[in-house]
Amino acid sequence: MKKKHYFSRGAIFLLCLVFAVLFLLPTVLTITNSFMSESEIVSNYGMIFSTTTGGYVSRHVNLKFIPDKVTLEQYLSGLIKSPEYLIKFWNSVALVVPIVILQVAIASVAAYSFTRWRSKLRDAIFFFYVILMLMPYQVTLVPNYLVSDWLGILNTRWSIILPGMFAPFSVFLLTKFMRRIPYALIEAAKVDGADEWQIFTRVCLPQCRAALYSIALLVFIDYWNMVEQPLVLLKDADSQPLSVFLSSINSGEIGLAFAMATVYMVPCLLLFLHGEEYLVEGIANSGSVKG
Amino acid sequence: MKKKRHPIKHRLKDFGLSLCFLSPSLLGVGVFFIVPFAVVVYYSLIDGVASRHFVLLDNFKRLFANSAFRLAARNTLHFSLLAVPLAMALALLLALLLEARIPLKSQFRTFFLSPMMVPVASVVLIWQVLFNANGTVNELLAVFGVRAVDWLQSDYSQIVVLLLFLWKNLGYNMILFMSGLANIPRELLEVADVEGASEWYKFFAIKLRYLSPTVLFVTILSLINSFKIFREVYLLSGAYPYETLYTLQHFMNNTFESLDYQKLSAAAVVMAAVMVVLIALLFKAEDWFGKDVEG
Repeated sequence: MKKKHYFSRGAIFLLCLVFAVLFLLPTVLTITNSFMSESEIVSNYGMIFSTTTGGYVSRHVNLKFIPDKVTLEQYLSGLIKSPEYLIKFWNSVALVVPIVILQVAIASVAAYSFTRWRSKLRDAIFFFYVILMLMPYQVTLVPNYLVSDWLGILNTRWSIILPGMFAPFSVFLLTKFMRRIPYALIEAAKVDGADEWQIFTRVCLPQCRAALYSIALLVFIDYWNMVEQPLVLLKDADSQPLSVFLSSINSGEIGLAFAMATVYMVPCLLLFLHGEEYLVEGIANSGSVKG
Repeated sequence: MKKKRHPIKHRLKDFGLSLCFLSPSLLGVGVFFIVPFAVVVYYSLIDGVASRHFVLLDNFKRLFANSAFRLAARNTLHFSLLAVPLAMALALLLALLLEARIPLKSQFRTFFLSPMMVPVASVVLIWQVLFNANGTVNELLAVFGVRAVDWLQSDYSQIVVLLLFLWKNLGYNMILFMSGLANIPRELLEVADVEGASEWYKFFAIKLRYLSPTVLFVTILSLINSFKIFREVYLLSGAYPYETLYTLQHFMNNTFESLDYQKLSAAAVVMAAVMVVLIALLFKAEDWFGKDVEG
């Protein structure tokens, strides 16, 4: 009996290992390939991306993990020789950070309202938020464009930041989380004479720390990788975030693309490793559709 | 006590307070989503922005007669029907695997979540290296004598995108299932063990029943994410990809580029309507299953 248990556990472990390798593969490849020299990249992937920089091109594509020679060449040319990437990186930061902070702030107040006061009307509004959250971006594309046009903010950062601030995604997740806070806590604060704002800031928010972190991280990842919105709303190439720019250099300078993608991954990775427990807890607590 | 003495005053005060907290969000949603969407509905009912005659359903008739729209709708439906159940089943499998007492459990969890972090651009790059006509997958298959295929320009293209979708989203879904599994009452499973129930019975009769709210939640999230995969498809093969990859998002994006607002608005309204019906059904389903578990 016991032997059989060990056997099945071993099999499960191996299966998990296979999955883990498959899941990690693209991440590891991006990072290791970013340390290859341009000539090595060309010889490995030249067949696919038909870079015409000359030099030796292998007849077969050569997916490699370990660079022949580790070099920081790509990072140097991306970050130091031309300021282009740094500007685009800054564009990303300038778009995403305000969106994350303001969306979470506005959503936490709204979620408190959806949690504290329930009625048919407010539940209907909440349902409406859910519907809105589920719409593919292409459905809100025209409305978004129209409003930006009316407000005269087309081709400025605000045309992305303002709709991003009010996206209902975090309202939904936070409401679900807040509705799990024991009512007794709120009641107790009320008896002690706290007003609603004090209950919100001193009782409710501290309870939601994990949720706030995980939602901020999810929103960050989502907007950090945005492609469609800037393409439609920002016609000016100089103001595009790095996510768009990275996708457009794919076919030209592959080595550079790997290095810059690695740079671009760093903020996500740091936030992720720093708050993985919160992230998991936050995701786990959003478990069902209705609050 | 107080509540009984001033019911109206209290309700007004509550209403005022709730509005205070909700108003920033509601105002923004109103300006940026509700009002413009009303305009979209209006656009879908008129014949042109210049003349503004009501034509009622003409735009919709035109839309349904459009072969590109029909192809796109069919592909979107096909992909979602394939991707959502698969994302669910595989994520549940992973969650069940991680229930076993194996070493490195939390590391595995981190690894499975890691695709969330990878920038879209480098995912696209890797997928090109793998599935290009001269790519790694063909190299590997050549060992077995399989002839090279340009994966993204073939009938297999949807499978390539499906793999990308699963790779990206399984980890997140898995976490949701893990927390669902953790919420199943332990006593129930222990009783089943004592009674000598098989693993299969425990899974279908107990676990799956208690997971039903999670299943619905994961369905909805996977549906959203199956729409979001457009971003990768677009970066992989542009505005006019291989036929089987042409989705409603492509259709709307291209219609937007060609400034045909009437057609686009009609398509947006149709898609929104389908989503509303779908979500309402899922909410009803959760009510129904929820009662089942409680009772």
